[in-house]
Amino acid sequence: MSPDSKDERSMQISCPLPVTQYSNVLVAHGGGGRLMHDLLRKVFFPAFANELLGQGHDATVFGVADAARLAFTTDSFVVRPLFFPGGDIGRLAVYGTVNDLAMAGARPLYLSAGFILEEGLAIDSLWRIVQSMASAATQAGVQIITGDTKVVDRGKGDGVFINTSGVGVVEHQLQIGPRSVREGDVILTNGDIGRHGISILAVREGLEFETTIESDLMPLARQVLALLEAGIEVHCLRDMTRGGMASALNEIADGAGVAVTVEEGLIPCRDDVRAACEILGFDPLHVANEGRFLAFVPASHADLALSTLSRVTTECTPAIIGRVTGSGEAGVVLKSILGPNRVLDMLSGEQLPRIC
Amino acid sequence: MKYVEEYRDPAKVEQLTRKIASLVTRDWTIMEVCGGQTHSIIKYGLDELLPPRIHLLHGPGCPVCVTPSEILDKAVFIAAEPNVIFCSFGDMLRVPGTVDDLLTAKSRGADVRIVYSPLDAVKIARANPEKQVVFLAVGFETTAPANALAVHQAASWELENFSVLVSHVLVPPAIEAILSAPGCRVQGFLAAGHVCSVMGFHEYEPIVEKFKVPIVVTGFEPLDILQGVFMCVRQLEEGRSEVENQYARSVKREGNRPAQELIRKVFQVVPRKWRGIGEIPASGLGLRDEYRKFDAETRFVVPEVNASTGSECISGLILQGFKKPPDCPAFAVGCTPEHPLGATMVSTEGACAAYYRYRSRKQ
Repeated sequence: MSPDSKDERSMQISCPLPVTQYSNVLVAHGGGGRLMHDLLRKVFFPAFANELLGQGHDATVFGVADAARLAFTTDSFVVRPLFFPGGDIGRLAVYGTVNDLAMAGARPLYLSAGFILEEGLAIDSLWRIVQSMASAATQAGVQIITGDTKVVDRGKGDGVFINTSGVGVVEHQLQIGPRSVREGDVILTNGDIGRHGISILAVREGLEFETTIESDLMPLARQVLALLEAGIEVHCLRDMTRGGMASALNEIADGAGVAVTVEEGLIPCRDDVRAACEILGFDPLHVANEGRFLAFVPASHADLALSTLSRVTTECTPAIIGRVTGSGEAGVVLKSILGPNRVLDMLSGEQLPRIC
Repeated sequence: MKYVEEYRDPAKVEQLTRKIASLVTRDWTIMEVCGGQTHSIIKYGLDELLPPRIHLLHGPGCPVCVTPSEILDKAVFIAAEPNVIFCSFGDMLRVPGTVDDLLTAKSRGADVRIVYSPLDAVKIARANPEKQVVFLAVGFETTAPANALAVHQAASWELENFSVLVSHVLVPPAIEAILSAPGCRVQGFLAAGHVCSVMGFHEYEPIVEKFKVPIVVTGFEPLDILQGVFMCVRQLEEGRSEVENQYARSVKREGNRPAQELIRKVFQVVPRKWRGIGEIPASGLGLRDEYRKFDAETRFVVPEVNASTGSECISGLILQGFKKPPDCPAFAVGCTPEHPLGATMVSTEGACAAYYRYRSRKQ
């Protein structure tokens, strides 16, 4: 603050000094939006720079001598509440990592599980979380083969934090990632968006809607492998977790250096999710999902991709939502239901509920 | 989705835009008062659907935008005091004061909480008698009844640990200030539907009488806004200036009487400083003497801050309809939602943030 600054114009056109840099970590730095990407770009990527990390993908694919190509990824889970409609932190920790492997087109094989437990956590809660992880691993076709447990003092954690890392095997020759995206590619989603984020928010904030909105949490490897087995030349995959569909589209557009156009009217979103978003002033395109992904495929493979996804997905309805419209100038354009185009940007920080 | 989709029907939108186009014989400049309307206009591209002779200007009706930085400095100061739980609507957390925003205060250890209703803050106060709970009571007439109710409830529960930091503003004085400013280009207004659902629209009748401008009480969905524009243009073309009500499904002339009584019971009309515009007489609400003990500014010793101004930002001119966001040299260059120079870039309802989010920055 600058109580001594005298500004003769303060009663006329007044405006604040800029907050140019945050000197502390904000919650928004983990929100999947622009602040988080700044953090990755300015802190982590330069420090750890190497070619494999430079793939900039959900999981990194690498070769080991002459053996098969492997995919490797890691993710930490800090969700509150630990149990939510449609899932819990344990199931999330398994599927989250399995899904990152799937986004590299890999068949998930093995996971590690690291637990940071807070003193005072009910053993019963831990037991339920672990049981849930075991059942999720079976469902996703992976084994948890190594792990670690630490306990921190009460107040130093939030019940339980889980880190999982995962290894999968790549059984195809495709280079799946933003760099393979081409002009003319068609973009599909495997289902309706926004359920997970709204489900968590409703429990966390004690919001009651007429129906309980359950998380869309599910393992995605089966759907991805079905696409590959059908012979579809998958160019890029991305799960739409934090930051939602808008962040996923922007990440790929930036990474590929392409212009992308999606049609608002084609993007599936359930009425209850949209209603909740209307009330809170959120855009469903920015809301997190845990069982939804984008697939970029050549236009000639789009129909087959859609029918394949429809065949293996019973819980939600896949849809074609847009296409890659140009190369050179990266960005995402949304064609509104009323016709005019608008920019679809990444979320800035956190989604904050509106005042009115 | 019922009650939403009907108002976003593409066929009806096209019908209405054609009707507007057939009505227009010359250039008209209309200001939508409310930030929610600005957001809808830019999000759906309604301005692009209108005939080029209709010029929409974005008004001062974003409560986040017009809250003066001094109030945010006070909020950050109080939040950092020991033993305080500071409660606010979500989108106020990212609005910078002179130096910091509340999110930064939170990252330094202040207990800053988002609430969805001021009554939740009262509940927090009741559950934490050893803490001082402060609610940032900002907004227009829309949020005033709930804020008044919170203070009233705290008084009836005799809570000693609840207070509000008040910076309430009123719409009619702002419209008068805009119309009285030299060089004002606004020929008609779309008034904010939700403000009128509380206050009614009789307050606008003297303004229409005095300044001879049409004011149409308008809702927030695409069809609402286009119908509001249609009604406003029809008045302008016919040389009429009246208060008309497009938002009749929510708004009555007299408004919501019990809500108004509650506001009058707790608050009184006071002069207020508007961020970007300056002080407007009788343009805000402050606590009445009977409720003064719930005023956070008397409960805490808050240093007076004279907010300094950023030179590049033109948000004041934007809020008064003299400029549009892309006219600003800092727009999307030095000023972005991550690092806003002015409040119109912070709130999702601010005109600059709406342009930044939804319009190409390469124009």
